[in-house]
Amino acid sequence: MSEVKKIATRESYGNALVEIGKENPNLVVLDADLAAATKTGVFKKAFPERHIDCGIAECNMTGVAAGLSLAGKIPFMSSFAMFAAGRAFEQVRNSIGYPHLNVKIGATHAGITVGEDGASHQCNEDIALMRTIPGMVVMCPADDVEAKAAVRAAVEYEGPVYIRFGRAAVPVINDRPDYKFEIGKGTVVREGTDVTIVATGICVDSALGAAEMLAKDGISAEVINICTIKPLDEELIIQSAKKTGKVVTAEEHSVIGGLGSAVCDALCKSCPTPVYKIGMQDTFGESGSAAALIEKYKLDAKGVYEQVKGFVGK
Amino acid sequence: MTNLELQKMANEVRKGIVSGVHAAKAGHPGGSLSAADIFTYLYFEEMNIDPEEPKKADRDRFVLSKGHTAPGLYSTLANRGYFPVADLLTLRKLGSYLQGHPCMQHVPGVDMSSGSLGQGISVACGMALGAKMSNAGYRVYTLLGDGEIQEGQVWEAAMFAGHRKLDNLCVIVDNNGLQIDGRIEDVCSPYPIDKKFEAFNFHVINLDDAHDFDKIRAAFKEARETKGMPTAIIAHSLKGKGVSFMEGNADWHGKAPNDEEYAVAMADLEKIGESL
Repeated sequence: MSEVKKIATRESYGNALVEIGKENPNLVVLDADLAAATKTGVFKKAFPERHIDCGIAECNMTGVAAGLSLAGKIPFMSSFAMFAAGRAFEQVRNSIGYPHLNVKIGATHAGITVGEDGASHQCNEDIALMRTIPGMVVMCPADDVEAKAAVRAAVEYEGPVYIRFGRAAVPVINDRPDYKFEIGKGTVVREGTDVTIVATGICVDSALGAAEMLAKDGISAEVINICTIKPLDEELIIQSAKKTGKVVTAEEHSVIGGLGSAVCDALCKSCPTPVYKIGMQDTFGESGSAAALIEKYKLDAKGVYEQVKGFVGK
Repeated sequence: MTNLELQKMANEVRKGIVSGVHAAKAGHPGGSLSAADIFTYLYFEEMNIDPEEPKKADRDRFVLSKGHTAPGLYSTLANRGYFPVADLLTLRKLGSYLQGHPCMQHVPGVDMSSGSLGQGISVACGMALGAKMSNAGYRVYTLLGDGEIQEGQVWEAAMFAGHRKLDNLCVIVDNNGLQIDGRIEDVCSPYPIDKKFEAFNFHVINLDDAHDFDKIRAAFKEARETKGMPTAIIAHSLKGKGVSFMEGNADWHGKAPNDEEYAVAMADLEKIGESL
């Protein structure tokens, strides 16, 4: 068996920016001294005159991005999720969200797969923060293919967009000819009848692995990949919940305010369904390798499998 | 415009400020009045703008970083012809486009929403940089409060503007010396303001009387002619200027006059108008 191709979505982010930068002269990229880590360094190399390093000053970078959008540019402001969504939250809310400006936030190093840097840099709150801002599109791509598609869709979309990327290399799972990406549309990546696993980001791959294991136990799991957490593809989730009657959400994010909460918000309105939320259980992360951390916090295939099995009760 | 015409207009702007805040029963008259002459000069003399075409591409931009002085900006825009002066009386009321703090989507002539202190100057930096990247000739002006510059983001932005040599950016600090809790030097002194901006590679102009149109004119001319670095105009002003009981009184930072006070305030301004 050939090795599954792995690539970190932050790499996809940088590569997509270069690709789109060639076509669109209005695309500009901002960094806060982290171009090497956010992987926008390739854009900086290709288009030095369109790369703006703001230094270690994320709050100002947010405002500068807002101003650039008002000058007709399409700015991608890049930093770690902790700083883009966390430190600069109020700037994002008031300088980008409230005036509904055409700024794209490329937030890398989201979640615990930041790894060795530890809890101070592992942002498990960004989805929660960003989805509370009216008009903000929030995306969390699962792999290289989806990350590049999300960046392109963000450029084509007029308005503020937050895209979450990871540090660690993750398997490419969407590399198929019929793959299509649309903001606000989820995808059933595996059909099933007993339980629905709604996953985002790196947890899509974990959910697919878990579904394989569950199948061996006679549990048929449907897996939905949700890249756009806001606006959420409620119809798709409700449709599946009606079929399976049980929903599990899986995300590399706090179970408070993230995908799990968004799914519950959708279900409680028109299709009350028992939901089990897999994610960071109201706790900070810690140092360790990405692989060791997702195992410890039960976000890998085995962890998702065990939790789904416990919930389904078979 | 002549200085006399500017003085008369600034007095009308002040009447609009007092009327709007009185009608709203809330708002920020003190810092609106201290900046009224700056507002007037910018919109009636300095900036390349057109009320008939508020979004024209090559217009100069203005960001009210001290967004709470929206009554000052609104009154200026109304008197300049962007919208009816009568609408100032809808300030802060439900359904009015004149929100408590400026909202660019609803107010003709407002180039950026603002209100959360320290953020406008960063946006102004982005606009100025964007103009340079596009080889556009417009200038960007932003007005900050002297209390506002206690916000750390202001200095992130100043560092950025100095580093990027944004000579199409003009930062004005309305140095009326008072903030909500009292005198700025008692609360948490930002002085020396001029030396701070100098240290951040700004050309600094000390405008020692922000109510003297000769001096205002000279300051903005100097800013326009300064190349290779951004300009900061430190505008020494009087909080509440023009209304006897508001002048130099921090209590009038964010409070509306009652009916009696309103009558006194308008009589003060009428008297000033007659004396011109």
